[in-house]
Amino acid sequence: MSTFEALQGNEAVATAMRQINPDVIAAYPITPQTSTVQKFADFVADGLVDTEFVCVESEHSAMSACVGASSAGARVMTATSANGLALMWEIVYIAASNRCPITMSLVNRALSAPINIHCDHSDVMGIRDSGWIILFSESGQEAYDNMIQAVRIAEHPDVLLPVAVCQDGFITSHAMEKVEIFDDADVKAFVGEYKPQWPLLDIDDPKTFGPLDFYDYYYEHKRQQVEAMANSQQVILDVAAEFNKKFDRDYGLFEAYKLDDADVAIVVANSTAGTVKVVVDRLRGEGLKVGLLKPRVFRPFPASEIADALSNVKAVAVMDRSISFGAMQNAGPLFLELLAGLTANGVQGPVADYVYGLGGRDILPREIEGVYRDALKMAETGQVEQMVTYLSVRE
Amino acid sequence: MAKLKGWKDIPIGGMILEAGNSVEYRTGGWRAFRPVRGEAECIHCFQCWLFCPDSSILVDAENEKMVGFDLEHCKGCGICASICPVNKKVVKQAEEELGRDDARLCIRMVEEGKIEE
Repeated sequence: MSTFEALQGNEAVATAMRQINPDVIAAYPITPQTSTVQKFADFVADGLVDTEFVCVESEHSAMSACVGASSAGARVMTATSANGLALMWEIVYIAASNRCPITMSLVNRALSAPINIHCDHSDVMGIRDSGWIILFSESGQEAYDNMIQAVRIAEHPDVLLPVAVCQDGFITSHAMEKVEIFDDADVKAFVGEYKPQWPLLDIDDPKTFGPLDFYDYYYEHKRQQVEAMANSQQVILDVAAEFNKKFDRDYGLFEAYKLDDADVAIVVANSTAGTVKVVVDRLRGEGLKVGLLKPRVFRPFPASEIADALSNVKAVAVMDRSISFGAMQNAGPLFLELLAGLTANGVQGPVADYVYGLGGRDILPREIEGVYRDALKMAETGQVEQMVTYLSVRE
Repeated sequence: MAKLKGWKDIPIGGMILEAGNSVEYRTGGWRAFRPVRGEAECIHCFQCWLFCPDSSILVDAENEKMVGFDLEHCKGCGICASICPVNKKVVKQAEEELGRDDARLCIRMVEEGKIEE
């Protein structure tokens, strides 16, 4: 039997971690992730988990400890945000390249400078090419559900890649919401026991991890990562189907909200999708055919599936909570990826980017409504008036 | 050099699953100088065997003899020649500067290009 609890997003994730009961968690506190591992530390102190909780001296060490423990054969988790992830960066790549199925709660926060502790997506976009699977979560509930599924995705023999589960710093990480917490035994049964194929601690069968790898084989190992990433899409769908069967909540590669008959769509990840849904309902009340596509899986990027879902809309507005400085028109990464995906899959029609919410700036329903009205105009004219708009920045 | 394998035929993540397979990696081609036995008689002290970083000193364990060099793996670093106590004795007795490839030494380091096979 599941129960409903009033939890902050971070507490929901910490509860998932308790139920998963991993062998090792290595983490370093950083706002806004801190309350996740703080809560988990309570679980350790209360004897509710068997986890070896390693309090390291930096995030570089946290991810290093995770790689070591994962190589040893442990089920490993961590949590971080923004500058913490930046400090992990070297080892983030090593975790993926060494094929360590680590699960990370990534509570999205703006990168310095100027120093800022509030939400945007510049942190996760920095690791988008690192070989990690990346999942977005609209709410604490989704972050909880995604953490549970992430373990299965990461550890699947066809995948063996680390997974980052994102949620928005403060907006969901510290907002209290009603979260359905599944029965401990059900979660335990769902994630199952981790059986590592090549545990380094198997001293009867010694092996080497992370050796020197030059021009003769490095490239082949990268090619293997491509295969694992490609395999992961089906695994993500299979795990979601099993999750739906067991826990009755439906996840896919993305969520389509009132998209079937929509003339225009907004594409936006994480918590803002929730606000957009409110605006969609309001505008639908006015008879405007608007819809939402909320990416759940950002890596691997489901380009053809998204293109298919957007093939009937007349205009698309992407909302990016980060900037790819110096990219085409200084657009955001989600827009660039989506535009490429639509074009490559033959979906024509105007697409524009709306950068918003940097450093935690609020995004208001009336601003989203403005984006929809722009999109409706684009649908009418077939033209992109302005490729990139920096929403609500003061001139 | 062994035939290079494709990405489907190697362990993932650069893992090496067989212990001790570094013998398959022939590093002899890296060598610029080759260790060669000289005129001074070896005393079979095994100092070279002990210090060689590539386990490339061949010994006859039963008869406790140093018998030569594994040239498939020796990188020519010259540690064997520099640690050799007989070499030190030869240099001291010579009362002159000796080259690394002096024929009077016990272990000489001879440039690969100057070796007649």
